Amino acid sequence: MIFLQLYWEFFKTGLFTIGGGLATLPFLYEMQAKTGWFTIHDIANMVAVSESTPGPMGVNMATFTGFTIAGIPGALIAVLGLVTPSVIIILIVANILDKFKTNRYVQFAMYGLRAASAALIAIACLRVAQIAFLNRDLYSQSGRLTDLFNITAIIFGIILYIIYKKTDRHPILYILAAGVVGVVLSL
Amino acid sequence: MKELIELFVAFARVGAFTFGGGYAMLPMLQKEVVESKHWATEEDLMDYYAVGQCTPGIIAVNTATFVGRKQKGLAGALVATAGVIFPSLVIIMIITAFVNNFSDIPWVAHALAGIRVCVVVLVLNAVIKLAKKSLVDAAAVVIFIAIMAGALFTDIPTFAWVIAAGIVGILIKVLGVSKEKGGAVK
Repeated sequence: MIFLQLYWEFFKTGLFTIGGGLATLPFLYEMQAKTGWFTIHDIANMVAVSESTPGPMGVNMATFTGFTIAGIPGALIAVLGLVTPSVIIILIVANILDKFKTNRYVQFAMYGLRAASAALIAIACLRVAQIAFLNRDLYSQSGRLTDLFNITAIIFGIILYIIYKKTDRHPILYILAAGVVGVVLSL
Repeated sequence: MKELIELFVAFARVGAFTFGGGYAMLPMLQKEVVESKHWATEEDLMDYYAVGQCTPGIIAVNTATFVGRKQKGLAGALVATAGVIFPSLVIIMIITAFVNNFSDIPWVAHALAGIRVCVVVLVLNAVIKLAKKSLVDAAAVVIFIAIMAGALFTDIPTFAWVIAAGIVGILIKVLGVSKEKGGAVK
């Protein structure tokens, strides 16, 4: 019974979350109030863990909740509930796209959509850059502009970019290396 | 069968190294899906992202479903989706079961700070690649700038911007085409 309920709650979350990631938060708060499966403090913890582990945040949240309530089967059921709506909807949309791909209006729309996609990815890049290169907390305490910029991280970023452009290997290599550099430099 | 396994492994790799949400997986997708396996073109990826943005669900899952389906139909869609979520499932269950306050561990925090710098570098490079392909004329550049400004400085939800960009795309092209036709008649 708990499995059915888990599946259903996360199915709803998957169905109504548009844009992914933190958009799942309001649904988790609602689920918390309704079911009491976890506490509000747990949600904050989940966000922190999700931000420090790879993978889509929604999937991380569903895994955590399902696992806490009903172990490994719970985690599987919750994630299954979360992704079911996406998979069904994308399969339908992909079929429609295939049929109308040569339609000139669909192509015109795609011309606008690709520009929008590029813009949204640029914004995501800016948001990560803000966290990676700025010390907001330190700056608000000291008020010194030199404290705002994490100089070490900025220099590391520039060097890494140059190396990446020159060598062009698999992104995984750079991610692993950057993790090690982060530990070594205590970034 | 071999192709299904390849799909699973490729997307599991993407899932295991995507730090910071759907957009951060773009550099990885470009490498795995476009450059090494040729499962989709750069333009296909852009379309999947745009559609994934205005349909429900997680962008990573939406993109995996798209690519998997294109390659191997329904089975491919399911396998690619399973692949992209598999690492998260395992990692989160381990952390939940064994580690308290994972994100407060000092070396984890330092490693993440390093990885974030790397994510900026990788995504910046991906954006530049995409911009070269998708900003084909002045009007597209205007759409790009308008959406960036709008999404940064207003609270209007992202999917609304994406839909608006699609409509503007149609309008610009339709008006442009009719102008060209008018010119030809003269």
